[in-house]
Amino acid sequence: MNAANYLYLSALLFTIGAVGVVVRRNAIVVFMCVELMLNAANLSFVTFSRINGDLNGQVIAFFTMVVAACEVVVGLAIIVTIYRSRRSASVDDASLLKR
Amino acid sequence: MINLAIQVGQTAAPEATLFWILAPLTFVAALGMLLVKKAVHSAILMAFVMIALAIFYIAQGAPFLGIVQVVVYTGAVMMLFLFILMLVGVDSSDSLTETIRGLRPIAITAALGFGGLMLSLLARATLGRTVVGVEAANAQGNVQGIAHLLFSTFVWPFEVVSALLITAALGAMVLAHHHRIQERPTQRQLSIDRFRGESLASAAGLPAPGVFARHNAVDVPALLPDGTAAAASVNASLKARGDVLDSSVFELGRVDTSVEEEK
Repeated sequence: MNAANYLYLSALLFTIGAVGVVVRRNAIVVFMCVELMLNAANLSFVTFSRINGDLNGQVIAFFTMVVAACEVVVGLAIIVTIYRSRRSASVDDASLLKR
Repeated sequence: MINLAIQVGQTAAPEATLFWILAPLTFVAALGMLLVKKAVHSAILMAFVMIALAIFYIAQGAPFLGIVQVVVYTGAVMMLFLFILMLVGVDSSDSLTETIRGLRPIAITAALGFGGLMLSLLARATLGRTVVGVEAANAQGNVQGIAHLLFSTFVWPFEVVSALLITAALGAMVLAHHHRIQERPTQRQLSIDRFRGESLASAAGLPAPGVFARHNAVDVPALLPDGTAAAASVNASLKARGDVLDSSVFELGRVDTSVEEEK
């Protein structure tokens, strides 16, 4: 098996995540799809780290995980705040600026 | 530490088996995450994808990242997701109506194009070198290798990221802080309101739920003297969920009193 197979899997996972962000309406599911995209990028980093034989890629993947954790914390707090005022976790309902 | 990659360029047979079993499952789980209607099911499938990715990391000579993936993602992040899901309501499933017309076909076409582009790009690209493998870099141990890089080359990004973490924690606290507009009513105030209110019907408190010989949980209403169910004796949210039982089935005349012979 070629190590590039991991890159194919990573590309597929990233695409699925991107579709999810566009198609799904529930803010929490949208968020999980963003996480999936970040994870797919991480898999690429780890695979390239192996292909190139140094650990820089793994360190970058580690940083990505930290940033993703921050993003989840702030994003979920925003979702809870929106839910508290609008009683809905749908991304379509938060359209107050449009009206 | 188990090094699964033995040959240079080609990975060893155990890893190939692992990949060809786990990668389709991961793909199906990710696709299912997109297609299932309930957010909780999406979260469970997401957890599976993350565990599978952790296994891939460990198989690729990144055991530290694999463990961190399990601890941070499946441990902390997914728990946070499920916690928030419970907070905003488990049954908040997606509405399947499109708000922007034609969004779904456009999204799927774009995704097929993007995915096809990425895959064909990867298939045509030459990596320019054979796969080196991280065995040499991991010679002193994976954690030691990462620590060495993290505290020498990447020490400034490391500090910045720590600042980011603190900022995110503070931001979440500020966002989640709930400022009460009205004072929370005290028990004394509630009691005064009950007696000074418009009617004295609930002055003594609401009736307790029904207590029957065969059933005495809160989901059965008590009976009024005329035999009808007392609506105020069961919680309104239980009624809204349709979890309230009819008290008539517990009436003495309806209860099956035939005794079965013990053998």
